[in-house]
Amino acid sequence: MSNIFMIMFAAILTENFIFSRFYGCCPFLGVSDKPSTALGMGMAVTFVMTLSSAATWAVYNYLLVPFGLEYLKTIAFILLIATLVQFIEMFLRKFIPALYGALGIYLPLITTNCAVLGAALVNIEEGYSFIESVVFGFSAALGFTLAIVVFAGVRERLNFADPPKAFRGFPILLISASLAAMAFSGFSGMKF
Amino acid sequence: MLEQILIPVGIFIGLGVIMGALLAVASRVFAVEKDERAEQINECLPGANCGGCGFTGCAALAEAIAKGEAKVNQCSVGGAETAEKIAAIMGVEAGHTVRMRAQVMCSGTSEYAKKKYIYEGIPSCEAAAKVGGGDKLCPNGCIGLGSCVKACPFGAIHVEQGVAAVDYAKCRGCGVCLSACPKGIINLIPFDSRHWVGCMSLEDGKTTRKVCDVGCIACKLCEKNCPEGAISVKRSIASINYNICTGCDKCVDKCPRHIIWSGRTQGELGLVVTRLKPEDIAK
Repeated sequence: MSNIFMIMFAAILTENFIFSRFYGCCPFLGVSDKPSTALGMGMAVTFVMTLSSAATWAVYNYLLVPFGLEYLKTIAFILLIATLVQFIEMFLRKFIPALYGALGIYLPLITTNCAVLGAALVNIEEGYSFIESVVFGFSAALGFTLAIVVFAGVRERLNFADPPKAFRGFPILLISASLAAMAFSGFSGMKF
Repeated sequence: MLEQILIPVGIFIGLGVIMGALLAVASRVFAVEKDERAEQINECLPGANCGGCGFTGCAALAEAIAKGEAKVNQCSVGGAETAEKIAAIMGVEAGHTVRMRAQVMCSGTSEYAKKKYIYEGIPSCEAAAKVGGGDKLCPNGCIGLGSCVKACPFGAIHVEQGVAAVDYAKCRGCGVCLSACPKGIINLIPFDSRHWVGCMSLEDGKTTRKVCDVGCIACKLCEKNCPEGAISVKRSIASINYNICTGCDKCVDKCPRHIIWSGRTQGELGLVVTRLKPEDIAK
């Protein structure tokens, strides 16, 4: 049980997907204009990452390992995640239109998101069990959501900042992101 | 050797086929009955996605109209033409659609409106409004830093001498600028309005006289002289009922502050806006 909590803690804080592993930087910079859109993206990632962690774990252990095809896991996972996202989108539109409306365009955006693929590959690399994989996928996505929402708040303040001309726009954004990453690196000293 | 190639290929083809079949079945099983009218309506809409109707975009409005949750003439940008097309699709009457346009209700250009300080901060009206309500002494004056210019999806607003001005040919009446203005001094008025009061000062006449040379002082001369009774002075500001106003110009001549504007649609020129200025009278 303590193992599960350690995985959660590591995935959310010490090995945060964005600030420590640098996965999912594209949506991190792309959809962090407003906390509300950032939260929508975070919710969609959480939803997909949890399910995809479960699905990829099953395919890897019951299909790829028996045939000795571990070296093809990346391709298999991409195929699986893309299908899964499309399937979830159709399912939600039919049965939970409210959630579909809330996740909106963020769902299709995740189809080829590297953070989702990254979570699946880390699960295999670390040799997690099924439960551990699902927990890791869920908490890594929580960490992603935390990072992107916090940064969206920073970005709102940046709009009113007055940096030198050369730093306006994207440069100051990247500098603030690196500062946030440094702040998160403070967690890495925490060991159990 | 051949097996090492064939087995992975076979498995991945199988995986691909299964996934494809799954999605194909899912798209049938989970098919959502889409209202065909929604798509037809969406084609009629301007596609600017300005959000002036209160929905997230044209597609969202089209769906709402098809469901009957929005009016067929909800799109102010498309105007009467679009409303008629949509009404034809929905099989209802279009109703009366008035083309609206945005009007900045402030005449206090930099030569008339007095300033209380020199603002050198971030060039945004919201930011300036937080510093003592902007640099103009009048609390209801246009700050003129162009937050509405940035907000306008049609590029129809520019700033002239410290007051935002609308390019009426480009304005589609979507109303996005109304919420962008921290002072709330942009109004939507009927496109062919003959007269309007170019001031929204809520101060009493004495204070307004101090802060601006062209502010409404609520002297009621326009109210008394309007033959149609279209003008009323409420809360120390004159306002015109555009439905009653006939455009007789009597108020324009009587107003001692020269802030009643006139608009005339003139053929190819479109809307021509005129306003008597204090110096014109002097001549």
